[in-house]
Amino acid sequence: MEESFNLVTGLFVFMLAGFVGFEVIRRVPQMLHTPLMSLTNALSGIALVGSVTIVATSTSTLATVLGTIAITASTINVVGGFWITDRMLRMFKGRGEKKS
Amino acid sequence: MNQGVQVAYLIAATLFVLSLKWMSAPPTARRGVLAGEIGMAIAVFATIFTIWPPRNLGWIVAAILLGSAIGVPMAVFMPMTAMPQRIALSHAFGALAAALVGTSEYYSALNGPHELSHFMMGAIGFEVLLGFLTFTGSLMAFGKLQGVLPQRPLTYKGQNAVNFTLFGVAVIALVWLVAVPTASFLFPLVIVLALVFGVLLIIPIGGADMPTVISLLNSYAGLAGAAMGFVLGLPVLIVVGALDGASGLILSMIMCRAMNRSFTNVLFGAFGQVQAGAAVEDDDRIVRSSNPEEAAMILEAAQRVIIVPGYGMAVAQAQHKVRELSDMLTKRGCNVQFAIHPVAGRMPGHMNVLLAEADVPYDLLKEMDEINPEFAQTDVALVIGANDVTNPAARTDESSPIYGMPVLDVDKAGTVFVVKRSMSPGFAGIDNPLYYNENTMMLFGDAKQVTNDLVAELARAAAGL
Repeated sequence: MEESFNLVTGLFVFMLAGFVGFEVIRRVPQMLHTPLMSLTNALSGIALVGSVTIVATSTSTLATVLGTIAITASTINVVGGFWITDRMLRMFKGRGEKKS
Repeated sequence: MNQGVQVAYLIAATLFVLSLKWMSAPPTARRGVLAGEIGMAIAVFATIFTIWPPRNLGWIVAAILLGSAIGVPMAVFMPMTAMPQRIALSHAFGALAAALVGTSEYYSALNGPHELSHFMMGAIGFEVLLGFLTFTGSLMAFGKLQGVLPQRPLTYKGQNAVNFTLFGVAVIALVWLVAVPTASFLFPLVIVLALVFGVLLIIPIGGADMPTVISLLNSYAGLAGAAMGFVLGLPVLIVVGALDGASGLILSMIMCRAMNRSFTNVLFGAFGQVQAGAAVEDDDRIVRSSNPEEAAMILEAAQRVIIVPGYGMAVAQAQHKVRELSDMLTKRGCNVQFAIHPVAGRMPGHMNVLLAEADVPYDLLKEMDEINPEFAQTDVALVIGANDVTNPAARTDESSPIYGMPVLDVDKAGTVFVVKRSMSPGFAGIDNPLYYNENTMMLFGDAKQVTNDLVAELARAAAGL
């Protein structure tokens, strides 16, 4: 646990990121909502950073085991999430665009 | 934590925001994925670099390899019709990661030298509660979407009372823990209650409400991730959690509006159950049945056609045939467009992906508000596998269970063809007066077969036979 981390600063970050997210995501057209959700799944894999930290600094078996499962779950989201989002987006073609 | 890694996280967070921003149009969307990937790589490598040499390196490498070995095949081989299930599983994985990290942090802090602060305990509690309930809830949603579990809502007397009591007990246990973080006997109780509550929350929700539920679970998983950011003191996790939370919330709001429902109604209303009684009516009305030959003749003469696809089309795997039909009509100089209702398919935007897979250009796919004024000037509306979203009773009949729900105004088109297996009512069991209109003709049969016949008839006509 990071002692220098300021909790109020954390709440500021949360509040501002929430607003930014709301404004940015509002502009995503309905057409892309499935890829959007799959992309946010991939981004949520950032939990990988936290899980790796847990395992890398772990001194107990419990933390190592739980952290390892968390790394696996997050990696599935990161790798699979980006991959399938791109797979979907490759299919979206306008009129006149050639299918690659 | 040193400055370098903080800067790396800042860059990663910026790339994540850009990534979502670029999702606002198909031509830039793939760049968005790339930005996300780069951001993720920067964040992960910066983390490993700072803690080098890490303990348990073998565990870390093994877990990443295992995760990739599961994640890649899931991404490569998952059929597009199964996207909702995959997304539900993804929520489950994300939530599980957050919940396990929270659990691990609690026990580490309990046995550690520092006392657990009330705020930190609150963050851990929030993370664990939301994480575990989203985990089992998402698995339940997966089961329902995959057809492993019954799609019907399962209800019993006093269901809401049981759920509220359970959740109430979990919250009380949590508040107690926040007040007295060392009351460790309560922690496993919170975990168990969260796991059970996740299951009970999804049991009464029917298949038709899954798009909303998936979006809502997306939001929960995001919030659990943000709580993890507070617990570990990592702002980049807070940013991503907030973005995910906002995204899920917006999508669920759109879904609710598209079905004219409220959150509470979706979560506690057991939609399908209520309507079972409202289905049957007197049946002396006339249904006009047609055949592909006749339909092809009318389509041939049409200048403007709007195709209205529903999930029934996807179930019959008719997307490619529908695209052939659309190509054929376009070649004859007919203006063809697709009308996509927000809840077409099993999750937000699902129908667009299914049609994109069948090579339908995305600029032919129109959202409801854009296409509705055009039905009046349209010669033929071709409804394939869609039912409730075309029901005019939603506009006119106040006694209809879906009164007020925004629908596609197909009944205003010159001629309406409805491709449907039989007259049986749809999932929600609501009568659709569209089928008895004078300008409506039913094409009974499997969506793929009927579309195939239409294509064949049009081809014959084109060849001058």
